[in-house]
Amino acid sequence: MSFTITKQGDVSIVEIDGQLIVGNRQELKQKMLEELEGGARKLLVDFSKTGYIDSSGLGVLVSLSKRIREQGGELRLAALNDDLRTLFELTKLDTLFQIAETRALALASF
Amino acid sequence: MSGGRDPRPEAHVLEFEFPSDVRFIERVVEAVRAECKVMRYAERHITLNVPVALTEALANAILCGNGDDPEKSVRVRAHVGSTRLVIEVTDEGLGFDLAACAVDPTTPDRLEHEDGRGLFLMQKLMDHVERVEAQRGNVVRMTLHRA
Repeated sequence: MSFTITKQGDVSIVEIDGQLIVGNRQELKQKMLEELEGGARKLLVDFSKTGYIDSSGLGVLVSLSKRIREQGGELRLAALNDDLRTLFELTKLDTLFQIAETRALALASF
Repeated sequence: MSGGRDPRPEAHVLEFEFPSDVRFIERVVEAVRAECKVMRYAERHITLNVPVALTEALANAILCGNGDDPEKSVRVRAHVGSTRLVIEVTDEGLGFDLAACAVDPTTPDRLEHEDGRGLFLMQKLMDHVERVEAQRGNVVRMTLHRA
């Protein structure tokens, strides 16, 4: 499991490689909050290398979404596989987040 | 962490006992997933239902049941059968009322809550989730019928 943050223009792109679960969610939260505190206002989470997410991982994304919005920023999610889409649909979080099919589409949506 | 495997071909049984530490979760989940793969469970069960529901059950046992106390143990028994998967997760807590904890996290007032989706996901991803009376500890049993 690892989190990688890269910049494309003014967008901070976070890649989650592996699972996003109770054991590592705080690491993701900390990294994304550091980006936000560093001035980033456009954040994109790319799930193309992500395995599965548990409720803690979903909860961290919800919490980050609120924090980013409060700071006047925007969050996009991209490249969810069928399993991840199912999780977002079951929890209705697909109605809360802006989810794009691909990273390119998410970048274009800012 | 200790573990063992029953060699019977028609049903593999995995048993684990480990201290309350979330770092053990992935290892247990991977072992159960691997056994489901051997038993040719549906791909979706292996990639979604089993790992997410089991992660939730283990996190509940470690963090809620055992209060994240590493002196307390979690026990797991996974019966990976030819027709169904039955997983029992036992912690040292006092137990809880499943019905009382079963809130709907998808309502507009709860959608933006950080917590409260664990049991909901277990119930959505498994065919049956129940609390089992036990002499020692608190047991949650999850059943998934093989597709």
